[in-house]
Amino acid sequence: MSFGRYIEVGKMDELGRMDSPVHRLDARVKALTTIAFIVTVMSFSRYEVSALMPFFIYPITLMAVGRIPPGFILRKLLIASPFALAVGICNPYLDPQVMGSLGSHGISGGWLSFTSIAVRFFLTVSAALTLVACTGIHRLCAGLERVGLPRVFAVQLCLLYRYLFVIADEGLRMRRGVEMRSMGRRSLSFATYVSLVGHLLLRAMVRAQRIYQAMVSRGFSGQFRVLRPTAVCWKDVAFLAGWVGFFAAARTWNMAGELGRFLTGGGA
Amino acid sequence: MSHYVIEARDISFTYPGGMEALRGVSFRIGHGEAVGIIGCNGAGKSTLLLHLNGYLTPNHGEVRIGDVPLTRQTVVMARRTVGLVFQDSDDQLFMASVFEDVAFGPLNLGLADDEVERRVKAALDRVGMAHLRDRPPHRLSAGEKRAVAIATVLALEPDILVMDEPSSNLDPRARRRLIELLRSFEHTRIIATHDLELVVEVCARVIVLDGGTLVADGPTRDILNDEPLMIAHGLERPHILRHSHPH
Repeated sequence: MSFGRYIEVGKMDELGRMDSPVHRLDARVKALTTIAFIVTVMSFSRYEVSALMPFFIYPITLMAVGRIPPGFILRKLLIASPFALAVGICNPYLDPQVMGSLGSHGISGGWLSFTSIAVRFFLTVSAALTLVACTGIHRLCAGLERVGLPRVFAVQLCLLYRYLFVIADEGLRMRRGVEMRSMGRRSLSFATYVSLVGHLLLRAMVRAQRIYQAMVSRGFSGQFRVLRPTAVCWKDVAFLAGWVGFFAAARTWNMAGELGRFLTGGGA
Repeated sequence: MSHYVIEARDISFTYPGGMEALRGVSFRIGHGEAVGIIGCNGAGKSTLLLHLNGYLTPNHGEVRIGDVPLTRQTVVMARRTVGLVFQDSDDQLFMASVFEDVAFGPLNLGLADDEVERRVKAALDRVGMAHLRDRPPHRLSAGEKRAVAIATVLALEPDILVMDEPSSNLDPRARRRLIELLRSFEHTRIIATHDLELVVEVCARVIVLDGGTLVADGPTRDILNDEPLMIAHGLERPHILRHSHPH
C-alpha cells in the first residue's frame, strides 16, 4: 500500500467540511470538551481498566452523530499504536505481582497497567482524531486561539498539518522516481536512503518556501482567519455541560463495575 | 495617481549565494497594457516578477507602483495592487476547499464576511469555476487548478495581474480558455512565459530578458519577427507569425 493511501491525504479535510449536528457545534466547545475528556481519562490510577470502558461512549457518539467512518479513525490509530504499545510493553515483566483474576487465571499488575495504557491511548487518540475530523483543522486552530492558546502555537499547528501533506507529496514523487529506476529491487542501500531523506528535506523546504510566498502575496501576516466565526449558543453549552457531567459521573463511580454487579446480582 | 502603472527603475538583484539574477532592468508599463516577458531559462523572469509585488527587494534601483516607490512600508499596498499568479498552481492552493482558498486573501484584508463572500463568488464566476467552490483543490484538473489560482488573486481585486508561465501543463482546450480569459481582463497584465504564441495573442508589447539584462522592449510582432534577435537570445520566431502572412 502506498504511503499516500495509507495516510489518506485530504480525507480529514473532506470530513471536516461535512455538515452534521456535531460539525455545527462551536469549535471552542468541542475542543474544551475533548480536553476535559482527555484529562479525566488520564487521571485514573495506573491499574484501572474497567472504569475506563464507559468513556468509549464519547468518541463513539461523536463518530456516529458526525458520520465519521470508524474504519478511518481505526486505521489512524493503528499507525500510531506502536508508539503507545512500546511505552507499556515491558510492564508485564517488571510488575509480575498478581492483582486480579480472569476466571481461574491470575492477572499480574504489569498486564493490567499495560492494558490500561492501551485503552487510554485508544480513548484519547480516537477522541482527538474525531475532534479534528468533525471540526476541520482551520476552525479548530481558530477555536483554540479564541480560548486562549497563544497565536504562535495555533499557527504552528495549522502549518504543521498543512506541510505534512507537502512532505508526503514530495516523498511520493521521489519514491516513484526511485521505483522507476530500481529494476525490481525492493531494498535501498543505506547511502541511497540517506541521499533520499536529505533530498526530501531540501525539496520540502523549497516547496514550503514557495507556498509561503503565495500566502504572503495574499496578505498573510501570521494569523489564519475564518469566515463567520461561530457564536456559542445554548446547544453548545448543553453539549459541554452534558459531557463534562458524564465524565465527572464516570470518574466518580465505576459504571462498568456497577453494571456488572447489577447484572450478575453481586453485592453492591 | 494611478495604481495601474508599474515601473522598474534600474533594478539589480543578486541572490545570497552570489548569483546575479537581474542587472539594471528598467521599464514602465501603463494602464491596461498587456506585456509579455520572455527569455530563455534562467534569464531572470521569475526573479523580476517577485520584485513586482515586493517579495524580493532589489539591491539597487527601485520598483514604483503608480507614484509610490515599493518599500517595506508600502508593501501591503503593493500586494493589494499587484496580484501574482504562480507557475505551479499547487503552490498557490493550500487551503482545504476552493472557497476557503479564494477567501484567504480577502479575509487577510480584514473585509467583512458579506464582502468576502461577494468577492469569492465574483472571482469564481469570472473564471467559470463557481461549481467547484466546495471541492478540495488537490482533486482538480490542471486547467481547473490554474483557473482557481487566478480566482484567488482576482478576489483581492488587484489593478495589475502578474503571471508566471500561466499556460504551462495545460491541454489545448484549457489553454484556449485561459487565453480568452486573459484577453477579456481589463487589468494591466504582465505575463512571463515561454509560450510565444500566447504572447502574440494576448500581449501587444514584449520585453526580452537574457542573463538578467533587458535586451529588447517593444511591439510584440516587431520583436518576435526579428529572427536574428530571437535566436541570439535563445528564442525562436513563433510559428503563428511565420504563417500569418501569404507565402
